Amino acid sequence: MTTQTEFAAALLDAGLPCPPGLVAWNGSDPALRFAVYRNNVVVSLVDALADSFPVTRALVGDDFFGAMAQVYVTAAPPRSRLLAFYGEGFADFVAAFPPAAALPWLADVARLEMLRVRVCHAADAEPLPDAELAALLGDPGRLPLLRLVLHPALGVLRSPHAVVDLWAAHQVEEVDLSAVDPASAQAALVVRAGGEVYVVALPAAAAAFIERVQAGATLGDAFAVAEPGLDAADALATLLRWRAIVAIGEGGPEHEWQHE
Amino acid sequence: MTTIVPCASSAAGVAALPARAGLGLKPAHVRQILDTRPAVGFFEVHAENYMVAGGPFHEHLARIRAHYPLSIHGVGLSIGGEEPLDEAHLDRLAALLGRYAPQAFSEHLAWSGHGGAFFNDLLPLPWTPQTLARVCDHVDRVQERLRRPMLLENPATYVEFAESTLGEAEFIAEVVRRTGCGLLLDVNNAYVSCTNHGSDARAYVQALPLGAVGEIHLAGFARQQDAAGADLLIDSHGSPVDRAVWALYAFALERLGPTPTLIERDHDIPPFDTLLGEAREAERLLAARDEAVPA
Repeated sequence: MTTQTEFAAALLDAGLPCPPGLVAWNGSDPALRFAVYRNNVVVSLVDALADSFPVTRALVGDDFFGAMAQVYVTAAPPRSRLLAFYGEGFADFVAAFPPAAALPWLADVARLEMLRVRVCHAADAEPLPDAELAALLGDPGRLPLLRLVLHPALGVLRSPHAVVDLWAAHQVEEVDLSAVDPASAQAALVVRAGGEVYVVALPAAAAAFIERVQAGATLGDAFAVAEPGLDAADALATLLRWRAIVAIGEGGPEHEWQHE
Repeated sequence: MTTIVPCASSAAGVAALPARAGLGLKPAHVRQILDTRPAVGFFEVHAENYMVAGGPFHEHLARIRAHYPLSIHGVGLSIGGEEPLDEAHLDRLAALLGRYAPQAFSEHLAWSGHGGAFFNDLLPLPWTPQTLARVCDHVDRVQERLRRPMLLENPATYVEFAESTLGEAEFIAEVVRRTGCGLLLDVNNAYVSCTNHGSDARAYVQALPLGAVGEIHLAGFARQQDAAGADLLIDSHGSPVDRAVWALYAFALERLGPTPTLIERDHDIPPFDTLLGEAREAERLLAARDEAVPA
């Protein structure tokens, strides 16, 4: 076992003894000094999660969140040096974390917050100019054959819980959850505009439709499997309003067309 | 390579950081900086925060870069690691440096990952001929891949290793001599480590290869006690620069002359103007050295 293998193992497992071979100039117990590293690692990673999941944290309080995040950190330390995305597995962990079972919506709030992080850092892209959009979308006969390429900084989340209302309630100074019914289903569109990330409530059918469009379905195919109550014109209007269409292709299987 | 070149100015086509005070760029301060264009010598960012595809971080940094010199400071390369460097991470660094053309690139004499896990901390290594050879190999590889000299930062440490046979300053001097890299003299780290290991900070600074210093870091520490009740200082970056660190900085400047100096703050971030006040204090000391050093 190498020095760093032993050191690394003891960092994340407080049950392991202080690694051998450490000394202090004054002969004091090196375990207390090693504990500084243990603490630095855990605190910095818990802080990274707290930064990415502020509403999840507010819903359970700092102490609960800190304890929950610490379990996650020691069980699943980052595999990447890019900490912005360290929360990718956190929502699944929250969903299976028994002490959080009383808040069944908590994991989806975490999913929404992780989606916000992804949307914030997604690639830049230029929306299609209005004139091109008008030309391409203006012919109802061609619409079913069109495939829209959506902006990379866009995502949707469908939840059996009121994730948008829960999130929005925490964006003001005085958080008031009295008007929020967490058990009502909601879908969210998460988009970036002017460097800001927005969370917008969306009808569930529209969210499913946008998801299929984003995955590369033609408008016709996405409409054919649409959920009851879909207002496709309204869903398209939402995409246009957020300047979320960056290219439009026509017909054929997904891989055969080129971006405009 | 035996010639020591001050690395802040030695890379072909790369201008040096100005010998002024700089500040770490914090997202909360970007708006004020862009709106008011304060007189700051340069800004520094952590490389890993900008290894994302797009969005506001890049937009802001591009705008800052248009008006200020830039230092890119890596925290995830794990140069002191037992494992080979992560080539994908080096590729990301090369792309970032290509995009922003910073005046300086620096990393730490520490390790931060092992066995596939990343610890987000700067972890210590023993000072031995074996670790020296490995660190030199890693610095060589970094400079070869990035096609520019790097600055290596002296660490803040809380433990020492029984197996160490070299002194820390001796180890660093040898890395600089063998690889031609520059030194990022973190004065707070020097003070923290020397306090934590019962040694003299001024003697440590004097034993470093001062001719290779391309940048200085100043930051605040937190104070704890070890098991024997001795001071154990923590490199916390969460408070103002301590008076003892200002004094050690002035001592270093007497030997270095004016040197680009960063005020580092990563926790409990105060309003921008508070950090600007610390930068002004550094500039006051820099100006004093400017007058004292003969042309």
